Amino acid sequence: MKSFKNHLSLVVALLSILFSIQIFIIVDRSIEAYKENLSNNYAVIIVSQKTLDNETIEGINDIISDVDELSADSVIKRLNSGLNEKNIELLKLTLPKFYKLSLNYYPSPKQIKRLRKDLLKNKSIIKVEDFSHNHDTTYKLLLLFKNVVSLFSFVVFVVTTLLIFKELRIWQFKHSERMSIMGLFGAPVWLRSAVLFRLAIVDAIIASFFAFGLFIYISSSTWVKEQFSNIGIEVVIYDIVNDSALLFGAAMILSILLASLIVLGHKEEV
Amino acid sequence: MDKVIMAQDLSLSYSNSETIINKANFSIDSGSFIFITGASGSGKSTLLKSLYGALKPKQGSLIVGGVELRGVTNTKLNFLRRHVGIVFQDYKLVKEWTIEKNIMLPLIINGYEKSITQNQVDSLLKHVRLKHQAGKYPLELSGGEQQRVAMARALAHNPILILADEPTGNLDDYSSQLIWNLLEGANEQLKTTVIVVTHHIPQNMNVDYKHYNIEYGSVHEVV
Repeated sequence: MKSFKNHLSLVVALLSILFSIQIFIIVDRSIEAYKENLSNNYAVIIVSQKTLDNETIEGINDIISDVDELSADSVIKRLNSGLNEKNIELLKLTLPKFYKLSLNYYPSPKQIKRLRKDLLKNKSIIKVEDFSHNHDTTYKLLLLFKNVVSLFSFVVFVVTTLLIFKELRIWQFKHSERMSIMGLFGAPVWLRSAVLFRLAIVDAIIASFFAFGLFIYISSSTWVKEQFSNIGIEVVIYDIVNDSALLFGAAMILSILLASLIVLGHKEEV
Repeated sequence: MDKVIMAQDLSLSYSNSETIINKANFSIDSGSFIFITGASGSGKSTLLKSLYGALKPKQGSLIVGGVELRGVTNTKLNFLRRHVGIVFQDYKLVKEWTIEKNIMLPLIINGYEKSITQNQVDSLLKHVRLKHQAGKYPLELSGGEQQRVAMARALAHNPILILADEPTGNLDDYSSQLIWNLLEGANEQLKTTVIVVTHHIPQNMNVDYKHYNIEYGSVHEVV
């Protein structure tokens, strides 16, 4: 029972670190997916005095993925109050050209400014509408959300690492006597600390498997899937191969590193 | 006769404290039985600690089993300790291990085969009259029984040198006699060098022994 409790405290601490890592990954993926979604719905409108071909516009900045010329018919329809065909044709010729630019990804406000500047360098382009006010608000909200989650994950990571360190300190006191006795009979360091490393590795494995189970369950939950589809995005919550490898690696590295620090800090009794 | 221990101008002290052993010169023949006596705080245990490298010489030279202990590396120290058996007054048994596993410790460290290890442990448990207690943990035994386990552990790997720090200090007559018999047996039959730190030399010793006394930081033979 006592041994189970010893395992439990380190397993729970490791599990919370793995949880914070995976939550960070999910939030990051969600934000990327949301940004992609936004970029699909976001466009910059430009007004040009002359007709511009797609290559010319696309060559202005790498971020531009597609160019659509907007038809002047809808504008003319609104003005069409008693104008004859000839005048309409004349109006068509004098109206400037409108283009809708689709972008490769959802840009930052800085990238938007740069794009605007690059577009206005072209003498034919007389106006650029980038809807920057709406864009800025959405972008800042996303950034705020990402930063809050990152900060939260970081705090959880630090606090739990300190807890693990404290737990391993208790282990050190517990194992210190045995390690010293083994040292008195000439056991090399690796043999003296083998039990400590074995415990750390076993706990890392247990914590990783708990984390795998937890996130496989979460990723298959219909409620969670619904939440993501409600905001119109599709996110891989748990990539069984890559995420499992990452979580397992993180748990192993952390527990072995901390066990090594304990062994290095061990002083022989005199 | 080969010397198992050679000390030349040996000075010992704990960090930042006064010198406890001051420029001691002595040598101990291989296969001899030695008693070291002295008043409380005279430095008996300090000298013994230096013999297994728990306290490094501050000055002079101390060679044990061919290993110079002044500035010794951990690898060499571990090598020496694998050939030494130590008996402590407070037993120093691993509480989470059964007495059987405690006795096995030096055999595991020395890389003995499992079958040899088990036979040796069974034989030692018989010698210390604890065969029926093999599966028990140290804290389930009396002080005398724990010291007998520590004695068996010290003998397990047939060491060249046994160092015993007041091995019978807190024991009843029966356990004390058993410990002395085992130390004498190891010395007589296996020609193991035995060094015992004690306040009182037993009256009925069956082996020839030498007696060193420590006084005011100097080590001298009592003839």
